[in-house]
Amino acid sequence: MEASQFKSDQYVRFCPGCGDHAICMALQKAMAQIGIPTHQVAVISGIGCSSRMPHYLNTYGFNTIHGRGGAIATGVKTSHPELTVWQMSGDGDCLAIGGNHFIHEIRRNVDLNVCMFNNRIYGLTKGQYSPTSPKGFVSKSSPFGTVERPFIPAELVLGARGTFFARTLDVDMPTTVDCLVAAQQHKGCSIVECLVNCVIFNNGTHAWIADREQRAEHSIVLKHGEKMIFGKENDKGLAIEIDPQTFVPRIIVVPADDPRVLTHDATQADPTLHRLLALMGPTDPNGVAVGGDSPLPIALGVIRNVEAETYDAAVNQQIADIRSKAKAKTFDELTATLETWQM
Amino acid sequence: MQLTGNMFSSLSAILGHEISTLPDFPAEIRAPQGTIGGVSGFQVQLGAQVYTPGDKADVMVAMNAAALKVSAMSRHYHDHAILIVDTDSLAAKDLEKAQFKTDNPFTELGIPETVQIVPVPLTTLAKEALKDTGLDNKSMLKSRNMFALGLIYWLFDLPMDKAIHLLEDKFRKKPALIEPNTKVMVDGYNYGQNLALSVNQIRLAAQRSNSDNGLTAERSNFTSIAGNKATAWGLIAAAQKAGKHLFLGSYPITPATDILHELAARKDMNVMAIQAEDEIAGVCTAIGAAFAGDLACTTTSGPGLSLKSEAIGLAVMAELPLVVVDVQRGGPSTGLPTKTEQTDLLQALYGRNGECPAVVLAASTSANCFDFAYEACKIALENMTPVILLTDTYLANGTGLWRVPKLAELPEIHPQTVPEELKGHFNPALRDERGVRYWAYPGMEGYEHRNIGLERDAEKGTISTNPENHEKMVRARQAKIAQIADRIPLLKVQGNTSSDTLLVGWGSTEGHLHAAANELNCALAQFNFIAPLPKNTQEVLSQYKRIIVCELNTGQFAGYLRNSCEGISIEQYNEIQGQPFAVERIVNFVKK
Repeated sequence: MEASQFKSDQYVRFCPGCGDHAICMALQKAMAQIGIPTHQVAVISGIGCSSRMPHYLNTYGFNTIHGRGGAIATGVKTSHPELTVWQMSGDGDCLAIGGNHFIHEIRRNVDLNVCMFNNRIYGLTKGQYSPTSPKGFVSKSSPFGTVERPFIPAELVLGARGTFFARTLDVDMPTTVDCLVAAQQHKGCSIVECLVNCVIFNNGTHAWIADREQRAEHSIVLKHGEKMIFGKENDKGLAIEIDPQTFVPRIIVVPADDPRVLTHDATQADPTLHRLLALMGPTDPNGVAVGGDSPLPIALGVIRNVEAETYDAAVNQQIADIRSKAKAKTFDELTATLETWQM
Repeated sequence: MQLTGNMFSSLSAILGHEISTLPDFPAEIRAPQGTIGGVSGFQVQLGAQVYTPGDKADVMVAMNAAALKVSAMSRHYHDHAILIVDTDSLAAKDLEKAQFKTDNPFTELGIPETVQIVPVPLTTLAKEALKDTGLDNKSMLKSRNMFALGLIYWLFDLPMDKAIHLLEDKFRKKPALIEPNTKVMVDGYNYGQNLALSVNQIRLAAQRSNSDNGLTAERSNFTSIAGNKATAWGLIAAAQKAGKHLFLGSYPITPATDILHELAARKDMNVMAIQAEDEIAGVCTAIGAAFAGDLACTTTSGPGLSLKSEAIGLAVMAELPLVVVDVQRGGPSTGLPTKTEQTDLLQALYGRNGECPAVVLAASTSANCFDFAYEACKIALENMTPVILLTDTYLANGTGLWRVPKLAELPEIHPQTVPEELKGHFNPALRDERGVRYWAYPGMEGYEHRNIGLERDAEKGTISTNPENHEKMVRARQAKIAQIADRIPLLKVQGNTSSDTLLVGWGSTEGHLHAAANELNCALAQFNFIAPLPKNTQEVLSQYKRIIVCELNTGQFAGYLRNSCEGISIEQYNEIQGQPFAVERIVNFVKK
């Protein structure tokens, strides 16, 4: 299929320069690459800039209410597991007002493909801090800087027993398409954190990796089965060491030819290493932004991709099993089981 | 106590009596036993022409001092009632727990001498019956309820063989309990026979009038059913009739949870019942299922309805079929979770942001919860709208006589569809001649579209902020609800229609108001269709000089009627005590 088949007739109204444009194009490309017919695809969203996405995709779409996209998508997928269901959400929609639905769709492992657009700000309400804004972030609703610690979305996903987590960046089209395709191919709740720039209210929030020169030094694209190597000259690698006093494992940077360089295994059921990899990046343990001063590169690509039973399949299987053994399957058969008397 | 009450009611119904029950229990699962707050009661009226669980009991069983006190103080029984008391539960410490000041509870309570007190050492007798079974003391104590049940069976002259059969059925899953419980129950019955000299048995003729059920079919099958179960089965029947998959998104809340329980157990009927993470997810998963083409429902009580408000607004805006069942309880906030009230009416009608019309129905008996759950589904599917069905604790937990219908005899349901010629250029604003938008859903090739909670353009179906368009759409959504009035029954007046006085009620008060209207020889208009109202509402009301709207709130329906009908003077009778009406109080109010 062609990406153009997934383009709706609507004029795309994201601000000029907004990172959502790139993700929109990546979605159309990824959907074409996957090749599921447009009428078998449902795209559900909540409220926020990113939640306008369904309007621009020529599939079934439902732009719903703030934070509830996850619950509505769960209803669509569970009742109709034959459909491919995407959820479009932002850092506010997903992690603040919709936080409960977010952790439960992950815990249940509903087979959804969730794009979480993280621009670390509320854009559509015109510039308030979000649950991913770094500590001290100055915004219209935090004129003196926030005093609260942000979520690292990956940590929340793993804490909710997530089976799939990928992270991508608006300006890295190939990685974005790869992550979206992998998310669709994964059976279960697939979370793709899309780091996007808000050109109006939080311009440059990901500048330390958005710039191509800096990106090579400050990020690593993880690929299953490949060595964890990064840097402009591909001269650095990631290894793990155990602190001899505390026995706490930590990631370190070593030369690319060091035999200790790790090979990425996204399918490892134990999330310990996935968590360490996902936590590398832009904020220190207190949630304060460090950006390019981070000692470790931020991980992009598919960090975790584990098989597990999906909720929608299990719910439908249980009904099928019980119906295959049931004596009464229709209303009249059901009422025939009642103790009745005649008048 | 609830179990024994249910068993007595079931056996009475099986034997051909009409029944109406009122279980009344505290919110706490194991409320402190023996205290005033911990009293759990079960009231049942049986006989012919039974409309309510009755105002005052002819027979009262007090299992402990606290129950004796509560029943006497709230005048639960007649002056000539038979009062059976467990004398083993009137020891000093029991009286103290129930806050008696003297050691003679009967005198202290001022129980009239005309009340026939039957003291029975229930605990001792139950233990005696079980002394050779090796049961532990706790189990033996529990079984005293069964001794009382056996005694009541004797008092009402009910056949022991059928009683034993029913007990075996109730304990089917715990076969070890069948033998000891049967033993205690039979001993209770035999004890009654030995009492015969001092107490007269009550023999009710087993007859039942069908008039209340509006039935002409002879030799129909009847059973007794609780309101919540009837609601669940109404949803199941509607889904099968409509050829739709039934989806329930719900979250546990008293007193609605039994509907979730019943539907979760009905996977054999192809029901998908989801216990969501919260009330909002309950309604939102249902909206997702409706978007995908299912018959989608959510069940809750008042606090849950509050939480679902925004999402119901989404279903109004997106014009999706959705059934919301609100089993009302005492409010506001957590209120009285296990008590009955009609206080969610205005919330159901108006409790959403914006101009947000939805259909509101109310069931009026435990059994017709089935009919109105069915009707709610029919209206939702045919008119692409949320329908809120109001029941309440009284209907939900109470049981009544239900004529079991066949699917074939239930009204046809024709879910909204989409014409073939719209394939390739469908949008979600397109409407049929009734003003109901067409329904296309994922999986249907050529009807891909984007639905929204934002205002949409009346022609193109895309986002619109145009001022004239918004007004046009507000009116289109209202008109869609208004036209449903053409498809619902006209309001019928019961009782003496030539009287000057009309009692008006809605929902679960029908039995009490019917009995009151009979006694007053006046007319009664009981509403099941609240929004839209039946088309002849104004015409009916204008025929009466005196109109008294009786409801279990401060006058929500009265206010709604004043708004909806012109030139009509309305009196109000209201009670807000967490209990159903008493017929006597209504009669006294109207007479005064």
